[in-house]
Amino acid sequence: MLKRSSFSSRFLPYLLILPQLLIILTFFYWPAAQAFFQSFMLSDPFGVRSQFVWLYNFRHLFEDPLYWKSIGITFIFSFLTTMLSLSAGLLTAALANRVLKAKSAIRTFLIWPYAVAPAISGVLWMFIFHPTFGIISRLPMQWLGITWNPILNGNDALFLVIIASAWKQISYNFVFFIAGLQSIPKSLIEAAAIDGAGPFRRFWTISFPLLSPTLFFLMVMNVVYAFFETFGIIHTVTQGGPGGATMTMIYKVYRDGFVGLDLGSSAAQSVVLMIVIVALTLFQFKYIEKKVQYAG
Amino acid sequence: MKLRQLAAVFLVMGFGVMFMTSDLMAKPIEIQFWHAQTGALEESLKKIVNAFNQSQNKYVVIPVAKGSYSETMNAGIAAFRSHNQPHILQVYEVGTQTMMLSRAIYPVYDLMKDTGHHIDWNGYLQPVLSYYEASNGELQSMPFNSSTPIMYYNKDMFKKAGLNDPPKTWEDLGKAAARLVASGVVEYGMTSAWQTWVMIENYSAIQNIPIASEANGFDGLDARLTINNPMLIHHFERLKQWMNDKRFVYEEREYKGPQAAFISGKCAILMDSIGAIGTLKHNAKFDWGAAPLPVEASNKEPQNSIIGGASLWVLKGHPKEDYQGIADFLAFLATEDMQILWHKETGYLPITLKAYEKLKSSGYYQKYPAQEVGILQLTRKAPTVNSRGIRLGSFPQIRDVMNEEIEMLWQGKRTAKQALDDAAGRGNELLRQFEKRSE
Repeated sequence: MLKRSSFSSRFLPYLLILPQLLIILTFFYWPAAQAFFQSFMLSDPFGVRSQFVWLYNFRHLFEDPLYWKSIGITFIFSFLTTMLSLSAGLLTAALANRVLKAKSAIRTFLIWPYAVAPAISGVLWMFIFHPTFGIISRLPMQWLGITWNPILNGNDALFLVIIASAWKQISYNFVFFIAGLQSIPKSLIEAAAIDGAGPFRRFWTISFPLLSPTLFFLMVMNVVYAFFETFGIIHTVTQGGPGGATMTMIYKVYRDGFVGLDLGSSAAQSVVLMIVIVALTLFQFKYIEKKVQYAG
Repeated sequence: MKLRQLAAVFLVMGFGVMFMTSDLMAKPIEIQFWHAQTGALEESLKKIVNAFNQSQNKYVVIPVAKGSYSETMNAGIAAFRSHNQPHILQVYEVGTQTMMLSRAIYPVYDLMKDTGHHIDWNGYLQPVLSYYEASNGELQSMPFNSSTPIMYYNKDMFKKAGLNDPPKTWEDLGKAAARLVASGVVEYGMTSAWQTWVMIENYSAIQNIPIASEANGFDGLDARLTINNPMLIHHFERLKQWMNDKRFVYEEREYKGPQAAFISGKCAILMDSIGAIGTLKHNAKFDWGAAPLPVEASNKEPQNSIIGGASLWVLKGHPKEDYQGIADFLAFLATEDMQILWHKETGYLPITLKAYEKLKSSGYYQKYPAQEVGILQLTRKAPTVNSRGIRLGSFPQIRDVMNEEIEMLWQGKRTAKQALDDAAGRGNELLRQFEKRSE
């Protein structure tokens, strides 16, 4: 049962949440409102000329087949990044949970990559996979006879940014999974072991369902990560190329707004992105959360 | 923190504020100069600024690095919208049209005239000035760092393949590259950095054909791209063919990959900005040379190439006395000594003929012949409407579009004609959008 806190003054609770509220208002609602307003305007970058154009920016956007392509790429990219980082995180956590020796050292090593900034992660992977000077692409790939060129081949480029983005997030997922695994009562697992369930069976029928709240939380966080925070990786590795193959929605917002100075279209894209992510999160809460078992 | 430490901190801070305020009272007029130069370039820029600040005591120019070119431009725009703009803003060449139409600028031609500076504009390198001139010939921004693309070749590999001089025409280049590859000296023949700048913009200027209607956009916002012309289509078909037989290799849109390929010996020829000279000096472990970009064999009198880089824009909205200082600084920047310093340290073009001639008579170019290739290529003919520059809105995005479509050609997903048709179509769409926004 949750306890109801009681305050001596009616205003104290409001006062206490005021700082947080102010931060959210200035750094989220205010810019979001500006983006919303800007999305109905057509203006030059210096703001000297601007005209109200109703839904022109949105109409223009959805008539552009390349914008649809960008949406498609974003979904493929986010889905694969999330799947990859979640499954790799879960696998490493499940394995690390069984490690007996040097536990904390191994965990530290596994958590470490999270301290790497996305842009740096991108550069690291670029060094490994660059067709001219990458170690992997120069040796193993040539021996195996794989033609690999993320600079020219769109699928290779997409693969590269997915790997780099997922790798970066594995540590984050690992931390939550391992915490989740540790909170599972030992008695349940021991009871199953006594009944003759092997480690795999124990994981699937006991640990995994009990992990579902963690999994759900991480899924939401990873989708948001893939949508927004992978900007740095794409910016350093592919800049949206080749031929627009890695032009995700967030990167297009940046290209059109900051490089192209088309503020109206960029704002309209931000609004679309905001709607997509809100819809996606609602969808997750409505349909996937039903399968989550909150034990306690 | 202990109370006494805290008190000490406040005391120091208080003194600091006092010093700052007392300093301000005696201080000359400050001129904010926002730029996008980093590393060695920033050091050279600071040398020029310091020299100006020491040459007089009425004004102090304060250089502030604002990140990349697009970040600097965005910072300037945001500052202008909140009435905090710097006096001088460095903007890359592709932002020229946006700046000209911004109604936020004080054209340099007017500024110099209003502040009593008599400048002999004929003493400047014309293709550099013409890029930043309005259609009436009045200079809008001060050229600062200007470059142009040239061709670098690996002399050792040329020798091994039995070649002597660098190829002058595209035809000869094709033969030379074939020979280099066939002789087993090198895996690939040539590569290019900044492909749209080199293979579309400069190729067209040198061949004296327009890339857009309305005199490359100088005469009006209703310009349309004409890059899907037979000549460019043929040029790209040829490059695609060379790609298939390893005479050409594509590394990336910008410069890092192409430079790495040339330096590591993956290819024998590189087309890149004169700004690459410094990098090659440091990193290339072989004998290399520089030559002008190739021309078509039929082109007996090739035009000048066009520039890239950035220029300095003076923004409106400051007190009148500040503008005298800005004008003095811009004039100082163009003096021979400063131009020679800038050219020697960075490799960018000297913008006045006097600076160039002084360098020449001092024997500088005999020692560093590569440094002169760009200047000669740029000044070999007076610029025409097709070779004075490009004045298109949304140009950064148009370059993106051209890059994307050319990459489709390299991937084999489009023919040269399809790629250039699509690039022109998509580019024109961006131009119409820009036109609409500028109404």
